[in-house]
Amino acid sequence: MKPVIVKQTKAFLKVLALAVPLILSAGAPASATPEDAGAVAHDSATVTAEASGAHAEAAAAPGAESGHSEKPGDVIMHHILDSNVFAFEPFGEVELPKIVVGGFDISITKHVVMMWLAAAIVLIVFGAVGSRYAKMTPKDAPKGLANAMEALVDFIRLDVAKSNIGPGYEKHLPYLLTVFFFILLCNVLGLVPYGATATGNVNVTLTLAVFTFFITQVASLKAHGIKGYAAHLTAGTHWSLWIIMIPIEIIGLFTKPFALTVRLFANMTAGHIVILSLIFISFILKSYIVAVAVSVPFSIFIYLLEIFVAFLQAFIFTMLSALFIGLATAHEGHDEHEAEVAHH
Amino acid sequence: MLTSGIILLSGGLLSPNPGLIFWTAVTFVIVLLILKKLAWGPIITALEEREKGIQSAIDRAHSAKDEAESILRKNRETLAKADAESERIIREGKEYGEKLRSEMTEKAQEEAKKMIAAAKEEIEQEKHRALDVLRNEVADLAVMGAEKIIKSSLDADTQKKIVDSMIQDLSSKRN
Repeated sequence: MKPVIVKQTKAFLKVLALAVPLILSAGAPASATPEDAGAVAHDSATVTAEASGAHAEAAAAPGAESGHSEKPGDVIMHHILDSNVFAFEPFGEVELPKIVVGGFDISITKHVVMMWLAAAIVLIVFGAVGSRYAKMTPKDAPKGLANAMEALVDFIRLDVAKSNIGPGYEKHLPYLLTVFFFILLCNVLGLVPYGATATGNVNVTLTLAVFTFFITQVASLKAHGIKGYAAHLTAGTHWSLWIIMIPIEIIGLFTKPFALTVRLFANMTAGHIVILSLIFISFILKSYIVAVAVSVPFSIFIYLLEIFVAFLQAFIFTMLSALFIGLATAHEGHDEHEAEVAHH
Repeated sequence: MLTSGIILLSGGLLSPNPGLIFWTAVTFVIVLLILKKLAWGPIITALEEREKGIQSAIDRAHSAKDEAESILRKNRETLAKADAESERIIREGKEYGEKLRSEMTEKAQEEAKKMIAAAKEEIEQEKHRALDVLRNEVADLAVMGAEKIIKSSLDADTQKKIVDSMIQDLSSKRN
């Protein structure tokens, strides 16, 4: 077992060894933008923010705050938003490569890097666990990491997929498991110092929700056929109501992924904004007492809450995806039948 | 706090970023495909196999229990049958013994009766024979007496006296 992990770790290090110089060389010119220059200029104020290295930049705010009241907001936004710079203050920054293909800006941004990090961790962990399971006979008991992951996998399998989708849940299981662990890792990595929350970006959550949307529609089409799918859009009502029902049902199709998008994005963003805002209270009021009595304890509390929310939101996204797939496959036929009975 | 409103409105938070959408899609699909092959396949198969194994173990245990119960029932039945059989044999033996005993006693009694009867007959025969012998002797004696009477005298008195004395003599002799 151990050599496999070592091998995988070595492979990962090789990839990293290849990737890191590439990224570093791409960002070598370090063409500092005016905004960055401002941040560097205020580095002298970092002494006050030694509590959290990740938020060292926050110190820039009170220094420049005298004139502009929007400054804390800008700094918070700087932490929440995606950027082409990966800041490791006070150690420096890594300029990430800008790639433009056919007019589309597909640069490797901070959130892309965090996403890849999450993907790498998921791949390493489950590569190891999967290879262990591949060698296991039904008589062997899982141990250690495999056992811990099995609890989560089995939870998703039985309590999320099987109970919501019903028969034929095995087909959707790989998607649900991947989306759960991917979102979970993205959420958790956002809580690590210097990290950024990829799932706190609306583009990332939108893409994931669109995956769920397509899978739901394909599952619905497969389960009912084109005729049944079209019949569902009328919700089984009288034809005179179709002019109202069809737009409503079509809007209903899109509200589900929209809700998924906003829920995950807003939850992940809100927590960070609250933590940063709590820290900024002490800077705005320029008081150590407020910092000790309010900012630090409250931000620690919110931080712990965020750890819980990271798990909860990953679970909810997976749960709702499973629920939508289940609704699209099994229960629609039932509803339709009921509607038909009511109609006659 | 006015800033929170400004944060939302100042843009950026909801601005679309096609590059990020592209990278998310690519990363997610790659992760999904790799994990499907590398992890979910083996893990789910192993879990299902284990579930099946547990189910079959439970089924086997149930069937074994049923089998054991049926064997126990059969054993009990056999035991009861054997008990009845042995009881029957003992009873039969007893009956046979009783019969044999009564038969034997009956036979013995009959034999005894037969023997008694035979003995009685023999006694009767002996008695007859003895009487015959006696009769002959008496006849002889009478003849002998008559001879003596005839020999001594044919006087009536003396003859009478002689016969009397002889008879007396005889009776005293016999007694």
